[in-house]
Amino acid sequence: MAFPRRHALQLVGIAVLLLFTAFFFVPIVWLFLAPTKTDGQLLTQSPFAFGSFHTLGQTFHRIVTYGGHSMLIWLKNSAIYSVGGTALAVLAAIPAGYGLALTHFIGRKALLSITLVVMIMPATALVLPLFLEINKLGLYGTIWSLILPFGFFPFGVYLTYIYFSSTIPKDLLAAARIDGASEWSVFRFIALPLARPIVSLVGFFAFVASWNNFFLPFVMTYDNSQYPVQIGLQQLIGSTASFNPTNFTAGSSIVVLHRPDLAMAVIIAIAPVLIVFLFAQRALVSGMLAGATKE
Amino acid sequence: MTLPSATAVPGGRASSRRGSRAAGRERPAGSSATAGYFFVALYVGLLGLLGVAPVVYAIYLALSNSGGFGSSFVDAFKDYRFVPAFEHILAFMLIWLISQTILVVGLTLMLHTLAQRVGAVFRFLFYIPGALAGAASVVVWLFMLDPTASPFAFVLHWLGYAQFNNAIAPGNLSTIFAIMAFWTGAGGWIVVMYGALNNIPHELLESAQIDGANAFKTAFFIKLPLIRKWIVYMLVLSFAGGTQLFVEPTVLGSAALGVGVSKYWSPNQLAWFVASQYDNFAEAAALSVVLLVLGLFVAAVLVWRGRLFEAE
Repeated sequence: MAFPRRHALQLVGIAVLLLFTAFFFVPIVWLFLAPTKTDGQLLTQSPFAFGSFHTLGQTFHRIVTYGGHSMLIWLKNSAIYSVGGTALAVLAAIPAGYGLALTHFIGRKALLSITLVVMIMPATALVLPLFLEINKLGLYGTIWSLILPFGFFPFGVYLTYIYFSSTIPKDLLAAARIDGASEWSVFRFIALPLARPIVSLVGFFAFVASWNNFFLPFVMTYDNSQYPVQIGLQQLIGSTASFNPTNFTAGSSIVVLHRPDLAMAVIIAIAPVLIVFLFAQRALVSGMLAGATKE
Repeated sequence: MTLPSATAVPGGRASSRRGSRAAGRERPAGSSATAGYFFVALYVGLLGLLGVAPVVYAIYLALSNSGGFGSSFVDAFKDYRFVPAFEHILAFMLIWLISQTILVVGLTLMLHTLAQRVGAVFRFLFYIPGALAGAASVVVWLFMLDPTASPFAFVLHWLGYAQFNNAIAPGNLSTIFAIMAFWTGAGGWIVVMYGALNNIPHELLESAQIDGANAFKTAFFIKLPLIRKWIVYMLVLSFAGGTQLFVEPTVLGSAALGVGVSKYWSPNQLAWFVASQYDNFAEAAALSVVLLVLGLFVAAVLVWRGRLFEAE
């Protein structure tokens, strides 16, 4: 059959797109199905078969109660670090972005340039220097060793700067000042009410960055009671029989975990971020494209 | 992989913008400098304490070693683990950057030929793994690389890997980390590139079509050159992030079957290793300064030469 070349190319295109859809999405589908099966079923059944809700309940129970409810401790720690860091990031970034966009002071341009450089530089480059400093300051092992670095969020400052300099007309602020409003009232009663979208955007990015951070808590925490869930996941790999068989010699008292348990742990660990991802997709994309939009 | 997504903060500005005049070239009526300082105070404090001070302290530690000025740098360079660590990330970055560039650009151009709605579904599916950045994605790929349970088992078997430890043999690690990085980061970049493509004026694409350009020609000769800036931006940012590789080898290494993953596979791991195992803070500081200079250099070049960002 003579096939028009155009159609053949289209078919190849569709095949490539489906191939990559499988690459990106199959692991997610698999991850959500794994806890519904037992470890044995994982090996014998189709990767896309659904086990049972009963097994899912058992898996959930096993992972939540594992190690004296370690999972809940880690989640609580993650929440403290991320919420604390995010609050500080928003508190610092919103006024700073406003100040950079709508006020005038000596050093403003320099501050803007430094902010850009630190924002582009990979945050991981600062982890070891931060560890050395935090150690010196005696903050090692405290929640501040994580909350303070999470609260330092130049990207949020830049986003806020872009937002304020493109949405609030300077004339509006000037008019308010002529009417006798103080600098603080201008910020508090004019800028801040208009800033709601940018507050949630900065908050979202700061939260995701803190929640998913691995390297910083890896060097700053040293005890199970301090670990956030990202470090917890790494600990769980050590307790998973199929990845660490030698850890489980006969008579060992360590509770053995299996692959479905570990998959469940991953789902619990990413749930907060995933929920935000699903519900805030539009805001998220607009943030990633901040400033790239057309006139 | 945290690197691309954590650093993927493309606030880049491709086009001139209404606001550029707004951001204060002249002194705004009535606003005082003191107010400005007040608004940025908390941020400047954090910047000083957590951005500048750690860097200064690391440089100080690296230089004030008892062995003499700069001796900790010599120690770091002469460390037998130094060269392999950099070779590892070099191999990783070659694989990752080349495949990411080709695939992200290719997939974006393909998606851009689809109907808006269909394209949106694909972009969303590609983007979701970004939520798993960090340890979670490494655990997911542990499963994917396990021939006994993986939905990709047929691929692994086809490659001749019957056991998990075959799949994660030392020779495969650079490729594996590149796959992880691509999996979590590519979707975000596709979204960014797609947004950049949407900035291309409709009339331009239409007139190309009238002139007889087919979809391929339009993609290669019109769309591609117009998003070149973004491709460079992605490459530079990924390069800076890639040098910092840490999570993937660390988490993969905690599976005992991954005996091939040394505790100092990447430079950042090596820096942490000498700090935590030998209390050799001077060498750790020297290594982190080397990595910092790499990241700082790339960022500075992008800000001052790339003109991607709006800093007036």
